[in-house]
Amino acid sequence: MKLTFEQTVIVMPAFNEEECVADVVTEVLAALPGVLCLVVSDGSTDATAARAQAAGAVVVTLPFNLGVGAAMRVGFRYALDNGYQNVVQIDSDGQHNPAEVPFLLAELKEADLVLGARFAGAGTYSVRGPRRWAMTFLASILSRLVKSQLTDTTSGFRASGPKAVAIFAKHYPAEYLGDTIETLVIAARAGCTVKQVPVAMRPRAGGTPSHNPFKAGAYLARAFLALLFALMRPATLVHSERTVA
Amino acid sequence: MIPFSQILGICAAVLVLFVVIELLRRRHLRERHAIWWFVAGLLALVAGVFPQTLEWSAELVGIEVPSNLIFFLSIAVLFMVCLQHSAELTELESKTRDLAEQSALLELRVRQLEAMASKPAAQDSTPNP
Repeated sequence: MKLTFEQTVIVMPAFNEEECVADVVTEVLAALPGVLCLVVSDGSTDATAARAQAAGAVVVTLPFNLGVGAAMRVGFRYALDNGYQNVVQIDSDGQHNPAEVPFLLAELKEADLVLGARFAGAGTYSVRGPRRWAMTFLASILSRLVKSQLTDTTSGFRASGPKAVAIFAKHYPAEYLGDTIETLVIAARAGCTVKQVPVAMRPRAGGTPSHNPFKAGAYLARAFLALLFALMRPATLVHSERTVA
Repeated sequence: MIPFSQILGICAAVLVLFVVIELLRRRHLRERHAIWWFVAGLLALVAGVFPQTLEWSAELVGIEVPSNLIFFLSIAVLFMVCLQHSAELTELESKTRDLAEQSALLELRVRQLEAMASKPAAQDSTPNP
C-alpha cells in the first residue's frame, strides 16, 4: 500500500478556502503517508495558496477562476508529466474523509475510475425530494452506460487509474456538472471500467444542500442537458482513444 | 430623376463597404470575419443601384413586398454572424483555459527549479558574508 501512496497525487481544487484548506491538507498528509498533495488554487483571491503551501502541499495557482474541471485537468496533467499513476480528487472543504482514500485506491486494481458513493450504505448523508429523484435518474442511465451499478454519479470524491489519467489530462470538461457527469461518459466511451465504493460523507464546513424545488428542477434540467450533450459527442472521444492507445 | 431614398440606400451600402475594406486594409478585421459584412454590403449596393433586381428576386421567391426580402436577408446575416461569434468565443475560451492551465503548471515548475537552484548557492554564500 505504501508504494501506491507514493504513486498517487491527491488533487484538491480550492477556490477561496483559506479557512479549511490547511486543515484538510494536514489531515491528508497524516492519513496517507508518502502521498503528494496538490492544491489547485482556482483563481483564489485570499490566502488559500499560502496556507496550503505552509501545510505541506504543492500549490498550483490558476491566474483566474476557471471552475473545478480546469483545476482537475491541471491535476491530471501534473500527474501525467511527473510520472504519477493515480489521481484522487478530494474537496478542499473537508467533506471527504482522507482515511477512505485507501479503499478507493484498492479498487483501482480492477477499475480505471472509482467513485466514492454517498448513498451506497456507509454514512448517514441523505438527500430528499426532487434532487434525490434527479440523482437516481442520472445514476440509472449512467449505470447502464458504464455497465456497473452506480448510485452517486455526481460525487466529487473519485480516484483515477493510469488509463483514466491519460484520458482526463487531455479531455476534462470545464462546464458545471460536466466535470462529474460527462467525465463518466468520456471514461465509458474510452473503454475504462468504472466502479463505486461506499463512503461516509462528512457534513460540509459551511452551508447545507438546498431543498428548494425550483433549484432542484434547474439542477435536474442542467444535469439532463449535460448528459444529453455528453452522449451526443462521439467525435473527440474516438480521437482521444486513438491518441491514448 | 433618382428618388432621395435610393441615394440614401446607395450611400449606406458604400459606407458599409468602405468601412469593411478599410478595417481589412488596416488588419483590424480578419477575412473570415469580414466575409459576411462584405457580402451584405455588396448585396445592399446592388439592390440600391438596381432596385429592379430586388423586385425581381422578391417575386422569384414569392415575397409580395420587396422590402420584406431585405428584412429577411438582414436578419439572416445578423443571425449567422452572431452564431459565428458565439462559436469562436467558445473556442477562445477553451484556448484561454488551456493557456491558463499550462501557465499555472509552468509557474509551479519555475518555482521548484528556483528553489532547487538557490539551495546550494545559499550554502555557499553563508560561510563568507
